[in-house]
Amino acid sequence: MLVFTLRRLLVAIPTLLVISLVIFLLVDFAPGSPMSEIPLTVPPDVRQKMIAALGADQPVLVRYVLWLRQFFWVEPATLFDGIFGTHLAGNEQRILSWQSRSPVFSIIGQRMPQTLTVIGTAYLVGILIALPIGIYSAYRQYSWFDQLGTLFAMIGFSVPTFFSGTLFIIVFAVWFGWFPTKYDTTLHVTDWASFLKQLKQMAMPVMTLGLANAATISRYMRSSMLENMGQDYVRTARAKGMTERTVVLKHVLRNSLIPVVTVIALGIPSIFGGAIITENLFGVNGIGAALIGAIHANDLPMVQTLAFIFAVLIVTFNLIADVLYGFLDPRIRYD
Amino acid sequence: MTDLRAAAQASTRPESQWRAIWQQFRTHKGAAFGLVVLAILILAVLIGPFVWHPAKLTVVEAIKSKNLGPTWRFPLGTDQIGRDMLGRMIQAGKVSLAVGFVAMLIALTFGTTIGILAGYFKRLDGPLMRLTDIFLSLPLIPLLLVLVMLFRDNVAGILGPELGAFTLIVFAIGITSWMQAARIVRGEVLALKEREYVIASRSIGAPARRIILRHILPNVISPVMVAATLGIADAIITESVLSFLGLGFPPDFPTWGRLLFDGLSYLQLYPERVIWPGLAISLTVLSVNYIGDGLRDALDPRIRGR
Repeated sequence: MLVFTLRRLLVAIPTLLVISLVIFLLVDFAPGSPMSEIPLTVPPDVRQKMIAALGADQPVLVRYVLWLRQFFWVEPATLFDGIFGTHLAGNEQRILSWQSRSPVFSIIGQRMPQTLTVIGTAYLVGILIALPIGIYSAYRQYSWFDQLGTLFAMIGFSVPTFFSGTLFIIVFAVWFGWFPTKYDTTLHVTDWASFLKQLKQMAMPVMTLGLANAATISRYMRSSMLENMGQDYVRTARAKGMTERTVVLKHVLRNSLIPVVTVIALGIPSIFGGAIITENLFGVNGIGAALIGAIHANDLPMVQTLAFIFAVLIVTFNLIADVLYGFLDPRIRYD
Repeated sequence: MTDLRAAAQASTRPESQWRAIWQQFRTHKGAAFGLVVLAILILAVLIGPFVWHPAKLTVVEAIKSKNLGPTWRFPLGTDQIGRDMLGRMIQAGKVSLAVGFVAMLIALTFGTTIGILAGYFKRLDGPLMRLTDIFLSLPLIPLLLVLVMLFRDNVAGILGPELGAFTLIVFAIGITSWMQAARIVRGEVLALKEREYVIASRSIGAPARRIILRHILPNVISPVMVAATLGIADAIITESVLSFLGLGFPPDFPTWGRLLFDGLSYLQLYPERVIWPGLAISLTVLSVNYIGDGLRDALDPRIRGR
């Protein structure tokens, strides 16, 4: 198991390096950089100084390695300093946003809690809806409940979140007036009233993302349950006279959850991607909104860093899913 | 007499494979529904411009006919600068569907080529599959947004704003969504390569090119077809996401996603302007997904017999 984990880790490192290079070069070679947008009235020597001040006169490879160093050494060291009061990072240059002139990671640090509250809740709600639906529709395959579940999943797959979110706004915010149309980021939960307010404003983004996730996960749950229902050990359990409840909820469910758990782990990075849309629609000031803002403002360091963080998330959760699968199911350990 | 014999012959002749697939496909209710809805949408988009001529308005008329509700003259109303919404929906649908089909074709060409090369030639397998893994780990939506932001003006400068946006988006979606097809095709090719008829044709000295085109490609068509239908749905959704975030098509060359984005500013007053394009996208994707579902069942010989 350890060998397997280590081997997977070693594969992940070159993958991340290649992805970081792709992201860096893509953003770097692109024609629309702010360097090309310095007004022509600026004298050439001043222009040279501006470019040098941004560090953009160095060769590409030098800049790439410097960027990697900032990403993997300076920023973690700064974080470590912040927590333990040490001076590891010293006065090293951090990755600065061109938009706000402040370090990219402190902006991300400010935005992250918003994303995590909304997205995290949405994913949890999605899983909590999906598992019972999946279990029951597999247990009563082809019943009206199963048919309804299939329809629900198909609609969940097909209706894009920006449309379901808009529909929710029209119905629940404009017609009924139950929820606010926009998410108020400045709201602090201090007492019962503000907690209710927070719940209200979270309701629609959580519903939008939660339903989309529930559709996918319930399908996996259903097919995984169906696969296990016909196994010999289920017949044995029934033959021993166990109650239906024990058979389904203990024997079948535990074995069926193995692939579902990995699917849930694999889905986490993609919901961060999907959150870009939801955050934009509901005005949640999270990292998805930060990415869109940075893209519209041509803030390349911010875009590079955020895109790479998304890539790191994907690779990490792929790794976690692989290791988790090997851990939960001894039959597929590769060593 | 001859008629009778011909009829007897016809009845004993084994059913062709495509016929059997079609028979199975028809029994899938969702797929039949999807096929009908998609056909209606495609027909509406293709024939629409010949049937429905939006009234040519003078400037004064256009100013007067801003934000109208549904009337006989404007069945879906007009937008904030007096343009006929039905005409725009038809025009947008053409672009949306075209993006879906063309991006799918690009992704499929890439995916099938890479899958066949990786499956057939052992030397290429490792590098190509690592490449696929890397592409699968790329954060697609952020990357697509960055691609469009950075290259939009340049491509538009070369090809013009409309064709430029179309080419850029279709290519961007195409080269970031071939991985599933490549993996499926590679798996199939690995199994097919060891079959007797392939070994036989190799033993009589057929070159790799002919074995691939003649014996392997026709046999990977069915999984590729399923991947293709699902690819259309994905491409349409991705395009509308880009348009929805304001980084897709320009407003005078709209897609359904762009119309939805434009309608968002008037959401409270005129919700129908968001609902129509959103409904069109959802219906298209739903029907394409159902068709994919039905095709998968119909093309699977284990299910088809039952």
